[in-house]
Amino acid sequence: MEALILYAPLLARGALVTITLAVLSLALATALGALGAAARIAPGRIGRFAVTIYTTIVRGIPDLVLLLLIYFGGQRFVNTMAGWVGLDGVNVSPFWAGVIAIGFIYGAYLTETFRGAFMTVPRGQIEAAEALGLRGLSLHWTVTIPQLVRFALPGYANVWQVLVKSTAVVSVIGLEDLVGLANDAGKTAREPFIFFLAVLLVYLCITWVSTTIFEALEKRSARGLAHAR
Amino acid sequence: MRVDLVLENWQLFASGTWMTLQLTFLALAIGFVIALPFGIARARRVPIASPLINGYVYLFRGTPLLVQLFLIYYGLSQFDWIRESWAWTFLRDPWWCALIAFSLNSGAYATEIIRGAVETTPRGELEAAGALGLSPFQVDALVLIPSALRRALPQYGNEVVFMLHGSVVASIITLQDILGAGRTLNSKFYLAYEGFLTAALLYMAITFVLVMVFRGLERRYLRHLRVSRT
Repeated sequence: MEALILYAPLLARGALVTITLAVLSLALATALGALGAAARIAPGRIGRFAVTIYTTIVRGIPDLVLLLLIYFGGQRFVNTMAGWVGLDGVNVSPFWAGVIAIGFIYGAYLTETFRGAFMTVPRGQIEAAEALGLRGLSLHWTVTIPQLVRFALPGYANVWQVLVKSTAVVSVIGLEDLVGLANDAGKTAREPFIFFLAVLLVYLCITWVSTTIFEALEKRSARGLAHAR
Repeated sequence: MRVDLVLENWQLFASGTWMTLQLTFLALAIGFVIALPFGIARARRVPIASPLINGYVYLFRGTPLLVQLFLIYYGLSQFDWIRESWAWTFLRDPWWCALIAFSLNSGAYATEIIRGAVETTPRGELEAAGALGLSPFQVDALVLIPSALRRALPQYGNEVVFMLHGSVVASIITLQDILGAGRTLNSKFYLAYEGFLTAALLYMAITFVLVMVFRGLERRYLRHLRVSRT
């Protein structure tokens, strides 16, 4: 127990790495999800086909396998490419490999979330906006997206919770996140049980805090409708 | 791309596939045995049991499977009394630790699925069963559980795929599952990605088979819920 207090600052640093990794992955996933949803909704057939392949691949492969592929295979790929253009190879860090792998995976899930939310916006609203002369991006930015947020939030919160837990596997490629550091420290202090128990509690805290935040956001996004219920 | 090495070492992947399937399905079976009584108890809000089960579910659903596995495999060795007990023969073996962690994890997710399915059972179904003179136990065994399990099928299919994908962490504690086979191949021949790519393809193939199986099961067992066109 005393060892845990001694190592607390180290674990706090690990928790910060875990949270940063999760937030950056979520940002990438959001961007990919928005792109994917746009491609699925847009009339183009090629875009829809590409998105189908993307989501099918991601749903079939476990997160750790994709991470290892990106970390070890991506390294080789980047170096080969760099060799062709006559540049020196770059090192892919475990952190960025993790952001790319996890962002890529959850982007596929967010594609579905965003598409589903888009479908709930009544068509009449889009027609009305078009009748008012709105086109393209400005139409979506002012009419569909603000409403879509409300429907997408529960699914988005869900993806975030799963994503946070998924970041634990990045410790396998040597990232000094919460799990990686606790593993090392627990072995050194000969109290692995206490250290992993502490890790579980930190994850529960992250879950709990994010539930609170998302509940507040959901309430805020539905504020225009509060009286309708 | 060294496809020849993958093909030459097909036995590595065959035994890895066996290990993955074995762990996944045993864990799902044990998880289901845990989840059925727990899920019903949660739906009925049984005093004392219900909050305890809720704590178990919250702990296992809110934390990464990898950490749960580490807690059991590395963590339990911290205690001398465990190392001296009969249970140590199992708990020092990575296979048993993986099975325990996966079963508890799957049990927690399945509890929530069954709870939801039991709670959404139409009241009329149970009232009708009672009106036919079935005893409360018969109502549960013959009406409530079959009806709830049918409706739990789509979500349970997701859980099966989730467990299959979750089982990759077994390779981290040295087990030779599909990913373990891929890692062995890579380190044996100094490869960067061939082993992982093979593992990815195998996982994808198994996922598709499972999705197909559940689609078939749903077609069969949820026939009565399908919207018919007249």
